[in-house]
Amino acid sequence: MALKYYKNVVTLKLNPETCTGCGMCLEVCPHGVLKLFEGKSELFDRDSCMECGACEKNCPTHAIEVNAGVGCASAVIKGILRGTEPTCDCSGELGGSCC
Amino acid sequence: MIDCCNEKNSTCCDSANENTCGCYQDETACCESAEDTSEKSCCCMSKPSAVETSTKLTYKDHLGSFQVRMGINRMNYKVKHGLYYVGRPDDKAPVLVTANYKLSFDALRKELSGISAWILVLDTKGINVWCAAGKGTFGTEELLHQIQNTGLSDLVSHRTLVLPQLGASGVSAHEIRKRSGYRVVYGPVRAQDISAFLDRGMQATEEMRRVRFRLGDRAVLTPVEVTTAVKPSLLLFGILFLLNLTGLFQFTGADVIAYTVAVLSGCVLVPLFLPWIPGRAFSLKGCLLGLLWSVFFVTSNGYFDHMGASVFIGIGYLMILPSVSAYYAMNFTGCSTFTSPSGVMKEMKRSIPFIAVALVLGIILLSVGSIITASI
Repeated sequence: MALKYYKNVVTLKLNPETCTGCGMCLEVCPHGVLKLFEGKSELFDRDSCMECGACEKNCPTHAIEVNAGVGCASAVIKGILRGTEPTCDCSGELGGSCC
Repeated sequence: MIDCCNEKNSTCCDSANENTCGCYQDETACCESAEDTSEKSCCCMSKPSAVETSTKLTYKDHLGSFQVRMGINRMNYKVKHGLYYVGRPDDKAPVLVTANYKLSFDALRKELSGISAWILVLDTKGINVWCAAGKGTFGTEELLHQIQNTGLSDLVSHRTLVLPQLGASGVSAHEIRKRSGYRVVYGPVRAQDISAFLDRGMQATEEMRRVRFRLGDRAVLTPVEVTTAVKPSLLLFGILFLLNLTGLFQFTGADVIAYTVAVLSGCVLVPLFLPWIPGRAFSLKGCLLGLLWSVFFVTSNGYFDHMGASVFIGIGYLMILPSVSAYYAMNFTGCSTFTSPSGVMKEMKRSIPFIAVALVLGIILLSVGSIITASI
């Protein structure tokens, strides 16, 4: 049974103009969100994207844009409480909690 | 090799093993004497050396991972970063990169029996590959640093690094290529596929590239959820005890059970039955289970049998218990492998107001009901 989260919320964007179809994004995506179609990447299953940012980071032509971040409620709460970006406290100190 | 010989840090070079500059150092002592960081990085190159490691996990390794899974010593379970090897690797052997979280390191090396390979361990502060990649510690800079630091290029003649696929959110393959000459190949998501991946000439199948979140994957994460819930729960029980001392409340073991089951619904049952509980939002799934439990609890305790103060208490439970389950279920988004930050944000914006209002109203009703009962 495939697990699905909300539809149509992710910030993933692909610019077909700059995409060279190198296929790197397909390789790094853990959820099969992208597929190659006629020599270009295409957002095939956008709602499965978890905004990990791997595709953006490994796109040599910056054709992909995504607001990557920590998808963790307690991290978001901590971020709000401290007025910072969502943080997991994964800094390695003793006693910290992590995602 | 970088030329680090200048007058400023001649002491550094004098004490080095070779009297040439960019000299290898066994010790990092000289590096401290270098004045600026560029010199430090140059002198800090250690003699290429790698530590042998085994592909067999010992009893101690298993005990360690069990403890970590239970939430014990989880944030300090590391190995030293640097270069390791298994088997008898030569200059053509593959270089596998991983994090210095011991669970990650162990997961990799136990899959390497019969394989000769180098293992390059990045300093991720004891965090697993995926989380560390998300925050950039398993990242481009750290990888470049460890390539330099370990003298890897003197040990291997090829220029290919195999990274776990989940490290990709922290590493730019093209950037690594540009700045070090190394080609990054993303390996499988799971270490258990590494030997098949190498056998196939570093080609991953579609299946190796997909993250899963099966029953077993979810089950193994639930003990940590429970341990993090223990502290606030004990605090709550302490408060209940103090409230009992006022004489206005009569909390009993039944209340402790009611609350504990609500927490476990959120922390354990929702993760286990995730695909089968209706709803997309984790908090909704938790709320549903909490509601089932609270209806059962309230009716079996007869809160609605007679009109009176107990009805307030009953409604109070119907509001409090589902909120507790919903909250803990929502926290599991942090462990899931398919929720996006934008989605989690949306869920929180929708759910937290409900949870907060229901919790406050529930506590008020419960208190009113208890105080009325006590004063009759």
